[in-house]
Amino acid sequence: MDPALYRVVANRRETSDVSSLTLAPLKAEMAVAPPRHGQFNMLTAFGVGEAAISVSRSSRLSGRDSGQGLHTAGAGSIVHTIRDVGAVTHALCVASAGSLVGVRGPFGQGWGAEDGDWLAEGDVVVVAGGIGLAPLRSVVDDLAGRSTDASGRLRGRLFVIAGAREQAQVIFADDLARWAALGAIVSVTVDVSTPGWTGHVGLVTAQIAPAGIDPGGARALVCGPEIMMRFTAAALEKLGMDPSRIFVSLERNMQCGLGWCGHCQLGPLILCRDGPIVAYGGAVTHLMRERER
Amino acid sequence: MKQDIADLISTHPLLAGLSVDLIGEVAGCAVNRVWHAGELLITEGEAADTLYLVRRGVVAIEVNAPASGPIVIETVGPGGVVGWSWMFPPYRWHFDARAAGAVGAIAIDAACLRDKADADPELGHRLTFRVAGVLLERLQMTRVRLLDLYGSSRAR
Repeated sequence: MDPALYRVVANRRETSDVSSLTLAPLKAEMAVAPPRHGQFNMLTAFGVGEAAISVSRSSRLSGRDSGQGLHTAGAGSIVHTIRDVGAVTHALCVASAGSLVGVRGPFGQGWGAEDGDWLAEGDVVVVAGGIGLAPLRSVVDDLAGRSTDASGRLRGRLFVIAGAREQAQVIFADDLARWAALGAIVSVTVDVSTPGWTGHVGLVTAQIAPAGIDPGGARALVCGPEIMMRFTAAALEKLGMDPSRIFVSLERNMQCGLGWCGHCQLGPLILCRDGPIVAYGGAVTHLMRERER
Repeated sequence: MKQDIADLISTHPLLAGLSVDLIGEVAGCAVNRVWHAGELLITEGEAADTLYLVRRGVVAIEVNAPASGPIVIETVGPGGVVGWSWMFPPYRWHFDARAAGAVGAIAIDAACLRDKADADPELGHRLTFRVAGVLLERLQMTRVRLLDLYGSSRAR
């Protein structure tokens, strides 16, 4: 499966080590299939290597959103948000407008938010840590776009709880403010306060109990460092949520993206195929304690 | 008035579910108070004489650094508890606690509460376990924060 050629349309620096690349297919017929919320693509930095990267927005996903502040660039365009943690991700983070990258995908199971009217079924709780907000942004946009009343306010309760190391590491601040303006209950917390920060300080889990979430019928989407996801899922369970309605995004060493190579195997799961989004509870609760191979 | 306080106390997570009699005992030591943004509930070094049950608003637990001024260590929101140093001698606050905005909290006189807990073993027992539960949760959160989860890709 060869990568399709995409051109970097824009490179937006989100934080000191996180960038969002807006990519457009070199030719329309080359474009990869439209992603679903939570799916990922394998991005190639030519001459360096390939890495699994979450889709944080796409022209298809944004078709039903609120239509504000999008960084898409026409049909087939995709936004990937990347943290600079190694050679490949560094090459992607510094890719300049006009340069070419390869795209394979989309891969894996998404959040499933395209199906059904979630906000009509109960509270939707989105909990993100650090760059974990990236694969959740399009979900929130979609829910916000589809579930507003005539005055543009959300019909239903959407909680967005985002954590970061410090204020400068909070990604998508514009989106967080926009969701709050639409009526989402947005709470941002940092581990370390810096001068000027007037928001919450502490773990994301500390924001769950006081939020006023109605656990009956609620659905939670959690993405971030795995330790953070474990503690978050436990806090949501303690609140009374059904573990099968808590979804987490598990990342392992994704290589082929097709379920062939087994690098991303986690117990019975091949995460590039069966994940990255899986329901918490049952075997997954224990699998999340397994060391990455 | 004390009945109103008792109602407020009975809905706070720290003491919810206690018997009417026990809530009544605690209510006898409690008043309902409000603070404006920026006001201090607690000042480092002063006598630790009050347990605060936060009802609304956010309280910032701070430590004052000479070079940079107040550093917020943690924030406590509705349903949270502020102030532990009243439990053990020398009963002195170790941090400042400041209202990050308008704050409403039940202020419970610590000496009064200690006396009642000593006199009524059931109250003392239940109060100790409730407080220990919150302290355990805080300790666990602090341990996780020490991991600096967002600061290192290896921790993921």
